[in-house]
Amino acid sequence: MLIDLLSIILIVAGAVFFLAGTVGMLRFPDVYSRLHALTKGDNAGLGLMVIGLALQMESLAVIGKLILIWLLVLLAGATASHLIARSSIKRDIKPWSRK
Amino acid sequence: MVFDGLLVIITLWLAWASLASRDLFRGIVLFIAFGLVLAMIWVRLGAPDVGLAEAAIGAGLTGALLLATWGRLPRPEAAEDVEKPEPTMVYPDRLNEPGIMMRIVVGSALVAVIAAIGWVLLAPAVAPGLTETVGEELAVSGAENPVTAVLLNFRGYDTLLEIAVLTAALVGVWALGPAPKVAHAEPSPVLLGLNATLLPLLVIICAYLLWVGKAYPGGAFQAGAVLAAAGVLLILSGGRPKIPMSLKPLRWAAVVGLAVFLGVALAVMFGGRHFLEYPDGMAGGLILFIEIAATISIAVILALMFVGGRPEDES
Repeated sequence: MLIDLLSIILIVAGAVFFLAGTVGMLRFPDVYSRLHALTKGDNAGLGLMVIGLALQMESLAVIGKLILIWLLVLLAGATASHLIARSSIKRDIKPWSRK
Repeated sequence: MVFDGLLVIITLWLAWASLASRDLFRGIVLFIAFGLVLAMIWVRLGAPDVGLAEAAIGAGLTGALLLATWGRLPRPEAAEDVEKPEPTMVYPDRLNEPGIMMRIVVGSALVAVIAAIGWVLLAPAVAPGLTETVGEELAVSGAENPVTAVLLNFRGYDTLLEIAVLTAALVGVWALGPAPKVAHAEPSPVLLGLNATLLPLLVIICAYLLWVGKAYPGGAFQAGAVLAAAGVLLILSGGRPKIPMSLKPLRWAAVVGLAVFLGVALAVMFGGRHFLEYPDGMAGGLILFIEIAATISIAVILALMFVGGRPEDES
């Protein structure tokens, strides 16, 4: 019962992070800040969701798979974000700043 | 129910947005998203095999192929204006607008599609189809996973032809000309680090998918697509093997799937059996044999298609 409640809290918190990341991607002014919002929101959001789901799982193997998924997404997300930022810098896209 | 309805709406919207997009790049990205949502629908329908294949091939590799093609298309206003203005929807004259008849046709088609989806969602029962027949014959099929049994045994010729199509597609790509010369760029060390982690993992996942395909969702196409993804990563980061590589092994690898499949299909005929009718008790081994060869070919073909032309022989 308590575990269910904890799961719900964690998953909802994860969803909030996803929402924040999405809003950030849509609203932030330039590619760098958008990347920042997106990857940070997604990585933390997915992590919270994975913890919330892991609490519901019966076997350790499934929990291990969930954590593996999270780690792989972290790795892929961070690399993709880095590559986008790198190619943006190479194309001389200046980071946005308040004048 | 609500979730399924939402998936249907998102899929239809993504499909439309991808087709209607004026910006090709945007269209491709939407197409990849479309593939992922479609994969989710397959999972919801209880067909994780198809979902896996759709995610890996439909969204992943097709997306990579489309992006590679997009990169080779001539762009008149390339490079200098990266921050392109939003394409505005300006009709130069009224002639370009769809006519009233066209609107009626498209409108009625949409209504029909929505009605059909509503009917399917509300329909009480699904026709069983051949599920029972497959279940009865599963024991002798050489596979515990009914999907594998259908793909590699009951309707093996479908899969045989699919692999033939893939092989022919690669021949077509190679016939178009040599691979484009890629400007040598220093790959990001982060990408190389990702490769160091992902490539071994992808090989393991490929072997796993191939092996569990006998009893659980998985199989040659999914395994091949995962291995092809490893190849695409390798090509993208420019980290090709340093050994001088001749084209010969690649050619063999590309056709081995079709050759083994066809060879087995013909060889079983010697015992007076039909084309592709596996002898009793040997089906499991033959299916695994075919799937291993098919995985290699599918991976090599998909990765070589990403190269976009006939690679130069370096031997």
